[in-house]
Amino acid sequence: MLADKDRIFTNVYGFQPWNLEAAIKRGDWDDTKGLMARGQDALIDAVKASGLRGRGGAGFPTGTKWSFMPKEPKPDRPNFLVINADESEPGSCKDREIIRHDPHKLIEGALIAGYAMRARAAYIYIRGEYIREAEVLFAAVAEAYDKGLIGKNASGSGYDFDVFVHRGAGAYICGEETAMLESLEGKKGQPRLKPPFPAGAGLYGCPTTVNNVESIAVVPTILRRSPEWFASFGAEGNRGTKLFQISGHVNKPCVVEEAMSITFRELIETHCGGIRGGWDNLLAVIPGGSSVPLVPAAEIMDCPMDFDGLKKVGSGLGTAAIIVMDKSTDIVRAISRLSYFYKHESCGQCTPCREGTGWMWRVMERMRTGDADISEIDTLYQVTKQVEGHTICALGDAAAWPIQGLIKHFRPEMERRITEKRGGGLSPMMEAAE
Amino acid sequence: MAEAPKIPDEAETRARWGAFAWNDENQKKANEILGRYPKGREQSASIPFLDLAQRQVGAETQTQGWLPVPVIEFVARQIGVPYMRVYEVATFYTMFNMAPVGRYHVQVCGTTPCLLGGSDDVLAACKNKGLIKGRTTPDGLFTLTEVECLGACANAPMVQINDDNFEDLDYDKTSALLEALANGTPVTPGSQTGRRDSCAAGGPTNLVAMVDENHDYRGEWA
Repeated sequence: MLADKDRIFTNVYGFQPWNLEAAIKRGDWDDTKGLMARGQDALIDAVKASGLRGRGGAGFPTGTKWSFMPKEPKPDRPNFLVINADESEPGSCKDREIIRHDPHKLIEGALIAGYAMRARAAYIYIRGEYIREAEVLFAAVAEAYDKGLIGKNASGSGYDFDVFVHRGAGAYICGEETAMLESLEGKKGQPRLKPPFPAGAGLYGCPTTVNNVESIAVVPTILRRSPEWFASFGAEGNRGTKLFQISGHVNKPCVVEEAMSITFRELIETHCGGIRGGWDNLLAVIPGGSSVPLVPAAEIMDCPMDFDGLKKVGSGLGTAAIIVMDKSTDIVRAISRLSYFYKHESCGQCTPCREGTGWMWRVMERMRTGDADISEIDTLYQVTKQVEGHTICALGDAAAWPIQGLIKHFRPEMERRITEKRGGGLSPMMEAAE
Repeated sequence: MAEAPKIPDEAETRARWGAFAWNDENQKKANEILGRYPKGREQSASIPFLDLAQRQVGAETQTQGWLPVPVIEFVARQIGVPYMRVYEVATFYTMFNMAPVGRYHVQVCGTTPCLLGGSDDVLAACKNKGLIKGRTTPDGLFTLTEVECLGACANAPMVQINDDNFEDLDYDKTSALLEALANGTPVTPGSQTGRRDSCAAGGPTNLVAMVDENHDYRGEWA
């Protein structure tokens, strides 16, 4: 188990107050000026050296992302940092804990990251449904302004940097980075075509980097403790510690910070009190939030929980939102409900996704009740392949993957339902047309 | 479009809301919101303004508020963009109500993590209290909506009522919660089993030192 002294989010459960005074006692805002004095390029190099990969799902190296920003922004086209707190991926609930219990880690991280990428300001886009969390964040930002930690001459560094909080209003798609920029500009959250990438033309047409809350909030601690410390956790290419969010059929669901590459079994045994009904009762796991394919019990049990380990079993780490399903689960219904989610959240811009998500959900419902034909399983699979990769953003892919995972691993179950509904192996009774 | 709300008659809403304007308190908030965005980028305030407007409508009607057409027009004028640019935002985002809702807007999360945790029981409890999905109860007290993931998955199943989350629910706890709201007795937001936020039930498996004191771990850094 990760030692408590090596945890970054020490107040993740909120036993202690979130306010500035308490945060400073825990070690936040400790000589931020000194950290910034290391220089912008040195900060980016340190983050690169730590091996930190983006915590929002895609796992892109954070330091590399920062280095795409223009080194000398023009006065009329300033650089912006946008922090993605639109946590809406089913299963994910980590940014919420950071924001309501440790907001100063995020705000300090915003200043340092913003300084490193030469940004003029940071916008924190928090999902609209996090109402109480946004209240905490607004108050924490106000505290930081009051003490001169951000704003003009932030933390006495001589650098001017603003942090603004922007609340969304309930749209999963705004977690996609260009949709988030559209939403910040006051429009519908419909993703933009790339290129141009946000680092070239993002918010208000200015160079912009979009980072997840966790990616930004871990930065001050990495700098204080050294990149080597952070890189000492996890396997090669999957460094660091990570907030895991376990929901579903474990005895004690929770959010917990652990070292990357911890095995699934150790994570569940140490922090969640085991699988409900024992390990033999485990059916399948969705290891990275709803957008990644499920993994059957036998393959996940001793799998390392990191980007590469989960890729090997045909899934992904995503946001490390682990949805555990035991043998009492109606697995087809569980995936069908995700299909409904994507139908509901499709922004309607690209035809394959707008029409496909609704179609896939309707067919999934027939699979659930057993009213489909066995040949439709193949048709469904083909349609998921036609949606995947044919849309502007990844929502189409995200809608397709869970269904592909279901067909890959649970096809016999889908066939069983259809056969049973028909009363055994008999072919369906034809209906006369007149 | 079975889910599409029935937008109330325009002549009636125009008579009621045609003169909508910020009250003093919200005027201050509106100025503060505009200050967050660069000059010439007032459109960025569309979502915060619609939220503020919906809250003001809610306060005036003793409900959770909604967005009548004249109110959307008011927001469009405030930020200087065509009406349609704001209307399309209002209809795109799920938190904006296009039709009136009740005093309590009961939003039950039904996405897979909550489904696994027992959101069927939560919905059944709502149903047995007379709440019907997509409708407001005849006494105007409750509106029931099934929503998508609200980001409290480690505390599933959960329901958001107005601005607060109620987590770790089951059938009985949901019934008791709705009863308490109907009777006007105080309710406690957060986990309904008494567990500490997203900490494992029965006490933390880690960071035990933080429970009793604001522990500074820096002394233990090697």
